Amino acid sequence: MSWAQRLLSVDRRIIFVLIGLGTAIPLLMPVNLPITVTPRVEAAYQTIDTLPEGSRVLISMDYEPDTMAELNPMAIAIMRHCFRKKLKVIGMTLYPAGPGLVEPAMKAAAAAEGKTRNVDYVFLGYKSGFQTVMIGMGESIRQQYPVDFYKTPLDSIPVMRGVNSYAGIDLVVNLTASSAADYWIQFAASRFKKKLVLGATAVMATDYYPYLSSRQLLGLIGGMKGAAEYEKRMDLFGDARRGMDAQSLVHVIVSLLVILGNVALFASRRSGGDGTPARPLGGPR
Amino acid sequence: MNDAQTWIAAFLTLCVFSFLYRDNPFYRFAEHLFVGAAAGYLLATQYQNVILPNVIGPLMAPKIQASGIVLTLIPAMLGILLLLRVFPRLTAPARWALAFYVGVYSGIAVTGYMQAQVIAQIADSVKPFEGGWHAVNSILILIGLLTVLAYFFFSAPHTGLHGLSARVGIWFLMVAFGASFGYTVMARVSLLISRVQFLLRDFLHWIPGVVS
Amino acid sequence: MYLGPVLVTFAVGAALIVLFFVPHHQAQAVNAEILEWATIVYAFALILGSISLWNTHARKVRHRIEGWPYSLVTMITLVAVTGLGVVFGTAEGTAVYAIYQSVNSPLASTMFALLAFFIASAAFRAFRARNLEATLLLVTAVLMMIGRVSIGEFIWPGFPAFTEWLLDVPNLAAKRAIAIGVGLGAVSTGLKIILGIERSYLGRSN
Repeated sequence: MSWAQRLLSVDRRIIFVLIGLGTAIPLLMPVNLPITVTPRVEAAYQTIDTLPEGSRVLISMDYEPDTMAELNPMAIAIMRHCFRKKLKVIGMTLYPAGPGLVEPAMKAAAAAEGKTRNVDYVFLGYKSGFQTVMIGMGESIRQQYPVDFYKTPLDSIPVMRGVNSYAGIDLVVNLTASSAADYWIQFAASRFKKKLVLGATAVMATDYYPYLSSRQLLGLIGGMKGAAEYEKRMDLFGDARRGMDAQSLVHVIVSLLVILGNVALFASRRSGGDGTPARPLGGPR
Repeated sequence: MNDAQTWIAAFLTLCVFSFLYRDNPFYRFAEHLFVGAAAGYLLATQYQNVILPNVIGPLMAPKIQASGIVLTLIPAMLGILLLLRVFPRLTAPARWALAFYVGVYSGIAVTGYMQAQVIAQIADSVKPFEGGWHAVNSILILIGLLTVLAYFFFSAPHTGLHGLSARVGIWFLMVAFGASFGYTVMARVSLLISRVQFLLRDFLHWIPGVVS
Repeated sequence: MYLGPVLVTFAVGAALIVLFFVPHHQAQAVNAEILEWATIVYAFALILGSISLWNTHARKVRHRIEGWPYSLVTMITLVAVTGLGVVFGTAEGTAVYAIYQSVNSPLASTMFALLAFFIASAAFRAFRARNLEATLLLVTAVLMMIGRVSIGEFIWPGFPAFTEWLLDVPNLAAKRAIAIGVGLGAVSTGLKIILGIERSYLGRSN
């Protein structure tokens, strides 16, 4: 068996170990590679930074634990930015498993900046329906959310005084891992003409560049890298920035694996093989 | 999280990671525990965040009027009709609730997609080119848009000029999908980094933790 | 057989399309009421999913199908979490919150973290430059993986700007075309459903 065929037949658990080490070692021995803030994240930052004091920002954190690694750091950084700028934050989620993440995130951001619930921010909680909630809020927030997450009537919450639709909201921020982004673009941005900033997982971030061009989105924060850039811009050192060294190393490993796989394939073909492994690749038996 | 919660979370994390070696009872236990806990949390959230404030709350309000009762009972009845789908012999009444539900989302979709994805995107494409080097980018975007649309037009055979356009469209698609794949790798790796961070920081205390 | 439900779909769908164009406050109040109803019905639809899940696992336990003890774990957890959540709520300080932080959250995130290993293995085994198009995809993916992280800037300072150009021009063009196609498809499907041409959502007649 040639070296190429041996390489192509490697047990996949060796690849798993490489990925595991590539993740753990930079976390144990960080190098703190520099992070450059890209234009789209800078645009998102500036959109929030230029809001006047007292403006109301609706942040819809539509994600669950499976994507919290990318979106939770974003949420905390953005909320801390809003609090530092003395903006009022209205938090909500359209995902059933969202409250368990959004509630502690709001509390953590508020505690870090010395802010008080109901005075500086409110958590409306979860509501089912996606589009129906987004459009319904255009007419009456209180019809969709009679009370907040803690069962307090909205009328008795200072942050919500005078706010009963998008007319009382200055900016909408959506952090999401799903097609909720499409719906916020369709309704908040296009139908109700609200400024919209999107934080998305890396998987879907590339799909939203057309909306940046058409100004339906004013900023885009993509994945953990985007969250790290926002933390850098905020001069914070959170989970996203901590993970960037590991991100770099694992990307290099995966890129090398792809290149190596192709080199081995061509070498194997040259030596007369057809490139298929000599035996089935290793894995669970 | 307190220490007990951290230990439970770490144990369950390792149970799931054990699948990388091979399928085993620890993984299957964790998987089934997750399914039950997730479904239970979903039910509890629906009750606390939707049923209680939007249905039970208004019905129990002290000064509710007859019209308010009717307007609150209608969606509740539709919801209960939907639940009848559980019984095979009662799917007929459930269709009324389903018809309402599907009608709402279809009506929303027609205007929403047309306004935001079709008209807005075409409008942004049909505009004068900017000056200087931006014009080159604008021309490339227009060529890409038209050739990719040509590729997706399957009502005519991909021959001649149409075939050439479709071929160029495929190149643009490959670049876009390559970008998506690169970002997908980034996303998956981010999730792994987060779990390893939890194990090394919160469980083993091998790295320092405080979010600054 | 389906005339009634089809008429309901038409009435509701057509009403929402018409109400999009009518800014009058009364019309928008009707719009908001219909949407609140849909929000409530959506919640029941999600509850229906959990009931179906219960039935699936209950059948496995009843007939002692292979793996039934695991199904029992699912059923017990489902009942326990639902009961605690309905009675005591889900906010911080409740039992369900503690269960969420120590069970739901780590399990969900770790399940998806496994994908990092599998995507690396799949990239090594299956990502092959067999023709021009596949090579284009492969090269772009590698450029994006290296260029969008910190190490890319070390290798070549122009890397971030180049990857930004890839996203802003060829990626934008293709994704815009896809968005327009998806939009047209969604509009036509919505109209087919409202007009009763598409009825598969109602299921088979008994």
